[in-house]
Amino acid sequence: MKNEQKLAGPIIRSSFTLMILTGLVYPLVSTGIAQAIMPDQADGSLLYNEQGEVVGSELIGQNFTDPMYFHGRESAIEYDASGSGSNNYAPSNQDMITRTEESIAAWSEENPAIPVNQLPIDLVTDSASGLDPHISVEGAAAQVERVAELTEISSERLEELIEENTQGKEWGLFGEERVHVLMLNLDLQELIQE
Amino acid sequence: MITTILSIFITLAVMVLIAKPSGIYLAKAFDYKKTRLDKVFGPFENLLFKLSGIKKVNQSWKQYALALILANGFMIVLVYLVFRLQGVLPLNPSGNPGMEPTLAFNTAISFMTNTNLQHYSGESGLSYMGQMIGILFMMFAAPGTALAVAIAFVRGLSGREIGNFFVDLFRAITRVLMPAALVTGLIFVALGVPQTLEPSITAETIEGTAQEIARGPVGTFLSIKELGNNGGGFFGVNSAHPFENPNAISNFIQILLMFLLPAALPFTYGKMVGNFKQGRVLFVSMLMVFIVFLSTALFYEYQGNPALNALGIDTEQGSMEGKEVRFGTGQSIFYALVTTATETGAVNTMHDTLTPIGGMLALSNMLLNTVFGGVGAGFINVMMYAMIAVFLSGLMVGRTPEFLGKKIEGREMKLIAITMLMQPLLILGASAAALYTPLGTAAISNSGFHGVSQVVYEYTSSAANNGSGFEGLGDATPYWNITTGIVMYLGRFFGLVTMLAVAGSLASKKLVPETVGTFRTDTPLFGVILVGTFFIVGALTFFPTLVLGPVAEYLTL
Repeated sequence: MKNEQKLAGPIIRSSFTLMILTGLVYPLVSTGIAQAIMPDQADGSLLYNEQGEVVGSELIGQNFTDPMYFHGRESAIEYDASGSGSNNYAPSNQDMITRTEESIAAWSEENPAIPVNQLPIDLVTDSASGLDPHISVEGAAAQVERVAELTEISSERLEELIEENTQGKEWGLFGEERVHVLMLNLDLQELIQE
Repeated sequence: MITTILSIFITLAVMVLIAKPSGIYLAKAFDYKKTRLDKVFGPFENLLFKLSGIKKVNQSWKQYALALILANGFMIVLVYLVFRLQGVLPLNPSGNPGMEPTLAFNTAISFMTNTNLQHYSGESGLSYMGQMIGILFMMFAAPGTALAVAIAFVRGLSGREIGNFFVDLFRAITRVLMPAALVTGLIFVALGVPQTLEPSITAETIEGTAQEIARGPVGTFLSIKELGNNGGGFFGVNSAHPFENPNAISNFIQILLMFLLPAALPFTYGKMVGNFKQGRVLFVSMLMVFIVFLSTALFYEYQGNPALNALGIDTEQGSMEGKEVRFGTGQSIFYALVTTATETGAVNTMHDTLTPIGGMLALSNMLLNTVFGGVGAGFINVMMYAMIAVFLSGLMVGRTPEFLGKKIEGREMKLIAITMLMQPLLILGASAAALYTPLGTAAISNSGFHGVSQVVYEYTSSAANNGSGFEGLGDATPYWNITTGIVMYLGRFFGLVTMLAVAGSLASKKLVPETVGTFRTDTPLFGVILVGTFFIVGALTFFPTLVLGPVAEYLTL
């Protein structure tokens, strides 16, 4: 074999060949396959109401401020899913500590019956994405009394709803047990409307 | 807590089980002798070779290195133009404008060097076309390049011809990256990751407000992001976004994909040099360091943040600021350690918010850059440390050091020494400059000792081609775009070229017959010396910096 090969031609041509193969053929073919066999997931696991309008995505959290509903986690972007993000506060950042203190105070005001030591940390901290759809089971339980009082639905019924919307650890091992706030509130909304 | 530890153990066990078969597959995939794989991939590859004008001829190490530098250089220019012009290119449903010059410069280098440092946010900074022919293209080309060089390097060590850069690059993509990415990408879609070219959709929420939800062709983007140790997110918050990592199963698969190639390469090496023990000792040494780092980080992360623990709330979950509930503390810090060990840079938690010691260990993975390391480049770096270990041992007993039957002499050690010095020079030099100028310090968002960590983390991540960040840092400025761009470029290509030179030099040497006096590099003893070398070199270089940043923050929190 002769060891000489011109470089310019192969470099230019292989770059374009690879760009088309990996940048166009690959995503378009895979999108086609995904859309054909799993259109629901591929479109973003959207949730529809009876009129067929999109009310959210099963995977994306929503902002709940009405004390009648269960609240999700803090979000620096107020669950604006056209973007994503959080404040990236270091553990030593005074702004973060102040914000958490304010959240705790606001929480105590809304839930006077629950002592602060029953307030789990996930409810007063920012998630990474600002779109976290879940809270801990303890986080949902701590809100039952408030929601029961405002909606006049019994605590037992609300606890049932929480249980129905609790997802266990995957395969019993991976991740964490958690409550899906949006699904829980959709169920709650149905009960309120009855 | 116990189930979490068990789940981590299972993940690592699966990783260990698939490492060797994958390594053997890699060795076969790049074998120039006829194999059965040629029947499967041959016709398609020959078509691509014809389109690209590639002839299957062996190159010298110099030609190989030149082809690598020029090809990657041309791709950088090409993708730079895509980013600048995306505003007028098709497939831009959200109407995103072209990138400004320094950001496009930074992003093109970032993705070509397998770093995937992102100074833009995916949702608003890139069009679908930019994500596809810019980002996706490089997410294949960059790890393909590194994998090719790693194989060429081992060919040189084992006394074979170096090979042909273009053939190796294409084989890396057709035989390894693309098939695996396609299959796992579709699994991700089944788990809930979107895969659509439709624009974002607006939902009417329960409380009656409008919520715009960004989406895109994420599934098969995500798979190559992890498999190629790329790490650049489709969305701004990367794999913390529920669309980019919907549950703990997708999280589990992502961790396995990050590990796959870096864990397989030691066995590829063992197979190619005809002695699996040579590869196994590297693998076990790296795994041990990883487990020690991981256990320590888990311990501190579960302790939580003392400043928040003092507020009297229920902190049993650990430090939850910047973490997602579905992953909790355990899977978050596990992911953080895997992504920094494998130099992937994908994140499912915000590293800026990690406890000081947890963040320090993530940083240490990148400072050492030898705990697996990124696909190809990491392996080459580990081999460099193996040669340093042989050299140090040789000095102690007063023999000429040998590696795989080849004498390591002045020429090789000079190349290795300048490569080794390059990394601290880039990290510490650039960090010092940034901390000295207002252009650099203006970006710091967390004041005090953590600010030092933010700057050092950014340049370490750049030099090690990781790409994660302490993302509070306001780094989307021309100063940061240009300096990190340069650090990424040198951090990548300097070492690849010098180590190809080492391989070329060793390949031309005569084999020294093995005697009882030969220092063996396939024994546990060598593993211990190797790990010792990682720490002596790494700790001496970086310990003072760690004291100024994370350690000081830990002590004052």
